[in-house]
Parts: sequence; C-alpha cells; structure tokens
Amino acid sequence: MISETELAMSKANSYTTGPDENGRFGIFGGRFVAETLMPLILDLEKAYGAARQDPAFLDQLQDLQTHYVGRPSPLYFAERLTEHYGGAKIYLKRDELNHTGSHKINNCLGQILLAKRMGKRRIIAETGAGQHGVAVATVAARFGLPCTVFMGATDIERQKPNVFRMKLLGAEIMPVTSGAGTLKDAMNEALRDWVTNVDSTFYIIGTVAGPHPYPAMVRDFQSIIGQETKHQMLEREGRLPDTLCACIGGGSNAMGLFYPFLDDESVDIIGVEAGGHGIDTPEHAASLAGGKPGVLHGNRTYLLQDDDGQITEGHSISAGLDYPGIGPEHAYLKDTGRVTYVSATDREALDAFQLCTKLEGIIPALEPSHALSHLGKIAPNLPSDHLLVMNMCGRGDKDVFSVAEHLNVDIG
Amino acid sequence: MQQTRLDNTFKHLGESDTKAFVAFVSAGDPDPVTSLKIMHGLPTAGADIIELGMPFTDPMADGPSIQASSQRALKAGMTLKGTLDMVRQFRTDNDETPIVLMGYYNPIYIYGVDAFIYDAKQAGVDGLIIVDLPPEEDEELCIPALNAGLNFIRLATPTTDDARLPEVLANTSGFVYYVSITGITGSASPKRNVVEEAVARVKRHTDLPVAVGFGIRTAEQAEAIASVADGAVVGSALVDVIAESLDSHGRSSPETVTETLKKAQELADGVKRA
Repeated sequence: MISETELAMSKANSYTTGPDENGRFGIFGGRFVAETLMPLILDLEKAYGAARQDPAFLDQLQDLQTHYVGRPSPLYFAERLTEHYGGAKIYLKRDELNHTGSHKINNCLGQILLAKRMGKRRIIAETGAGQHGVAVATVAARFGLPCTVFMGATDIERQKPNVFRMKLLGAEIMPVTSGAGTLKDAMNEALRDWVTNVDSTFYIIGTVAGPHPYPAMVRDFQSIIGQETKHQMLEREGRLPDTLCACIGGGSNAMGLFYPFLDDESVDIIGVEAGGHGIDTPEHAASLAGGKPGVLHGNRTYLLQDDDGQITEGHSISAGLDYPGIGPEHAYLKDTGRVTYVSATDREALDAFQLCTKLEGIIPALEPSHALSHLGKIAPNLPSDHLLVMNMCGRGDKDVFSVAEHLNVDIG
Repeated sequence: MQQTRLDNTFKHLGESDTKAFVAFVSAGDPDPVTSLKIMHGLPTAGADIIELGMPFTDPMADGPSIQASSQRALKAGMTLKGTLDMVRQFRTDNDETPIVLMGYYNPIYIYGVDAFIYDAKQAGVDGLIIVDLPPEEDEELCIPALNAGLNFIRLATPTTDDARLPEVLANTSGFVYYVSITGITGSASPKRNVVEEAVARVKRHTDLPVAVGFGIRTAEQAEAIASVADGAVVGSALVDVIAESLDSHGRSSPETVTETLKKAQELADGVKRA
C-alpha cells in the first residue's frame, strides 16, 4: 500500500486527478448554482460516485455501448487525406458511425442509466445543433421516459432535420426565443425548467460544462473514445499516436479523446475552436482565444463577454460550436499548457468538409470539419511516420442543407 | 459585525409589529433616469427595503418578467458601475432605506471582488443577494463581503432540508430570503399554509428575520404571505407595471413612474395590513 503523501505526490504530477472535492480544475469549474439546485447536484454527485463503482451499472453501460451504439468505433486510416497532404499519417476515430450519428450518445447512455437508478421520471436537455438533442431523445425513447428538449429558435430554423428526428423519437421541443435563440439560451431555459421540476426531473447536460459533477461525469462517459483509440493504435501501429486533434464547442468529444492521453507526455494534443468569421472579428465562438475567465451555467471557465461581465453571443457556421463558454477542464488544460488550442474559421471548415467528402467518401459534420481543416495546416509539415488522430465526432447528414445554402446551391 | 441599515429596519418594524415590504426593481429599467426616479419614490410608496437588480444577460433563476426587465436595462446602457452610481445618487437624500443588490456573480467577478465590495460599501449598499453563489462558494464573495460589513442575504428554498439549513444560514446576515416555491421568479404563487410551515422551519434554525418572495403578485397575496413571515418581496409584479407603461417604442411614458409607485403602494398597504 502506498502512503497518503506518496499518493499526493504522484497526483501532483498528473493531469488526470481533477476535479478536486469542490469540483475545481485549478481555479476553473465549481458549483455556481442557485440554492434550489444545490441539493440536487449534491445528490447527483453521490449517485454518480456510487454508480461508477457498481459493476452492474458498468456492465449494463458496456452492453448498450456494444449492441445499441455499435462500439468500438473504428480507427480508420485515411489514406487519401494522408496522400493529399503528403505528410503525417492521418487516422480518423469514427465516432460519427455511432448510433444517432455522433459521440453524444456515449454520454447520454451513461446519464440515462443514472437517471433510472435515481428514480427520476422525466428527462430534460439543451441542444444546439440537435445532435445532443437527438441522442437524448433516443435514449429517452429506449428507456421509456418523457423528454423535453430546449432548443434556440434560431437553431430550430437551421437544423430542421434534427428537429423532426427528435419529434419522431417522441421528444417535446421547446423553442427558446430569449437572447439570440441559440445554445446558451437553451441552457438557461433548461436550468429554469430544472429549478421548477426538481423532484421528477433529470437534466442530461450534453457537454463537459455546468456545475460539478457534470464536467467530470460527461468526460468520464466520453473517455471511451480515447481509451479505444489508445488500444486500437497500439494494436495497429504498436505505439501511441504522436498528435491528437479534435474540435471544441463545449468540448466533450475532445475531452473524451484527450483524457486517457493527458499523462502520455509524448502525445501532442490540439483542440480546435470555432473561429467563425475570424477571431480578430466579433463573430466567432473561440472562448479560449477570445474570452476571459468568468462564471456562467454553474462553472468558472473562459467566456466570451464584454467589460461589464455581460455574456456575448458566439458565432459559428456550426450550431454545435457557437456556445460562448467551454468546459472548465479545457480552461485548466489551456492555462497549464498541456493542450494547445487553435481555431478554424467558417470558411476553412466548409473547405475541409468538401475535401473530406470527396477524398474519403465520408461526409463529416461541420463541427469536426473544424478539426479536419487544422489537419491541413499541420499534416504537410510532419514526417510520414507521424501518427495523427482526428476525432470524427459526427456525421454531416444534418448539415447538407445549410452547407448547400453556404455554397449557394438550391436543393429545394 | 456592526448594525447595518437592514438590522435597524427590521428592529424598528419588529418593535411596531409591522412587516417589511421589500420592493425589487432592476437598476436602469427602463432607462437610468426613470429608474432613479422610481427608486427615489419607493420609500414614500411604502417600501421598507429596496432590492436593486444588477442587470445580467443570463438571469438563470428569473422568469420572463425579470428577464425582460434586465434586458431593457442593459439595452439602455446599464452596467454594474452604473448600478453603483444609482445607489450613490439615491443616498444623497436618503440615508435610511436599506439597499440590497441582487444579481448574478459574473459581473462582480469581472468588476473585481475587492473593488466591488469597496465601491458598493462607499456607494451606500447594505447587502448582497447573489443567486449563483451557494455556501459551497462562500470564499468567492460572501466572506470578503461580510468582513467589509456588507450583509450577505442567502436564499433558502423548499429543497434546502433541515440537514442543509445550518450550512445555508451559517454566513447569512441581515435577513433570510425564503424562496416560496421551487421555480423561477414570477411563477405560481405560494400557498399561505405551506409558507407558514416553511418559515417556522427556517426560524427553528435562526433568529434572523425571514422575508418571503417569488410569485407574490397582488396586495392580497402580499398580505397573506407577510402575515406568516417578517416580510414579503415583490419583483415581477412591479417590473410588469413598468413594461406595461412603456410607449410603442419601448420608452418610458409619463405613467411609468406614477403607475409603478402606485402598484408599490398597493403592495405595501397589503403588507402593512398583515
């Protein structure tokens, strides 16, 4: 047995020990919620703490991941993208092949099993692009729980296929018109619902943000992405990847890929934020590049805001990325320097979207298209034995209408 | 901690067995000049305590009325600095009425906690209600504010059980704000007997006065609630009057101040009958 001191010392050298008992990653994270919700998130923390150590819970989750979601998702060698860039060997972690078409289901399954375990009778969620909303509506259907999804009115307009999908799955869609009618406003409204329906309702947050324990819990449920990647790469290439790359809105797909590699010093890790029209313009959603630390939606993190501490609206071509904040663990990983954060513009993402479609026969979602576009910036300058993994966290079916519009193509 | 205006107000009201009417308006709603006029008129209209909202883009615990009120104020250019300026101007001819600032943590965090506490104290603020700072985050603002002599008023709610109440009350001062319903401001009105039990429960844990808010809209409700507590807080019903008084361009009209104060007077009369 190792002593407490030894344990503390070994922990000090690790990036994977957070959050602390107060839900902090360094200065980030925490529990900045109204008193009405405080007892609920303390209950949730307790219930999650017990569930994650319960073999029955873990077995059920794994069984569903295998037979319902279709995990493990492949680690695919993107031969033609690799040839095109003429540098690093590019692998795509194919989480877009998951049931429902994105990584969001990984987290939703974990949370709905927890909701059932806690005896909750109703599910609520926020959604931006609708990927999380679809995943929540899916698991709610699968487990027979009524489900209400809060979605900004602007997003409802630009994500019609997903809205219809959610309705087919039996979810009630609540349009949110406050603010700019996007993800931030949907989250406010979901919190208002939760504070009103405390006894019956479980709030399935879709990203690694919100009050503790959400950032850690969502990360844990998404970490299967990185665990599989590690295993698959070792099997395939006999060693760890050299570079990981993922897009970031709230940051759940990125956290899921990055987390199991944080203590592997040889692995370079890059997060790609949504640069909108450019991070030197007011129209972007790059909270780390263009924001500063503040407190919103239950946690302290980097936020897009003005000098008075008023939150400003994010902008991105991708409805899933235009959130003015980011998960607190990413804020911590930026400040410690463990992860490098960059951005890609709407235009760059749109170009990468088309390139990947033509070269690989894979239509990516606009979200991972941001990470794809960054591959184009680094891959050509890396040696051919450099192993580069990008998280293809969602498929682009939902985006074809809005992409057509951006390309001035009328598809009716 | 030395006596504050809040302590004195509740002491005087207690001596005459009268209940406190706490009136909420957002600073700068619908514009800074009109808002200051309303604020000036509130004590005469019967408000014992003014709860002044610090406008924020994302008021997560507030219903549509106060959200809209906050938006109007922000649109009219209100800032946290502007809110403190309003308090300073109010204090030039009113040194008695306690002022409690109510809002969310981010604007204060960005202003700088130490600078904010100093400026708020200088301006004549007596207490703070910060919705998203539960006892778990006391180190952030609550402890420094208490040390500087500002009251920190905590919200206790129906979900705050007996095991948790002592923790919630530990660093609370001035009064306890009991949130009568699980929900957002301005929603369903609370039942008198439920509130009576809840207030009794809180009082088993503290000697502080207990004011009750969320969902009180009429003089009758204010009377009913105040009769089983030490005070009643009304916000949404007041800012709704501001909203209804605006002209077609959303600007204040000649009725904005008079109608708002008339509503305040009605509510105050209700509380005083309790």
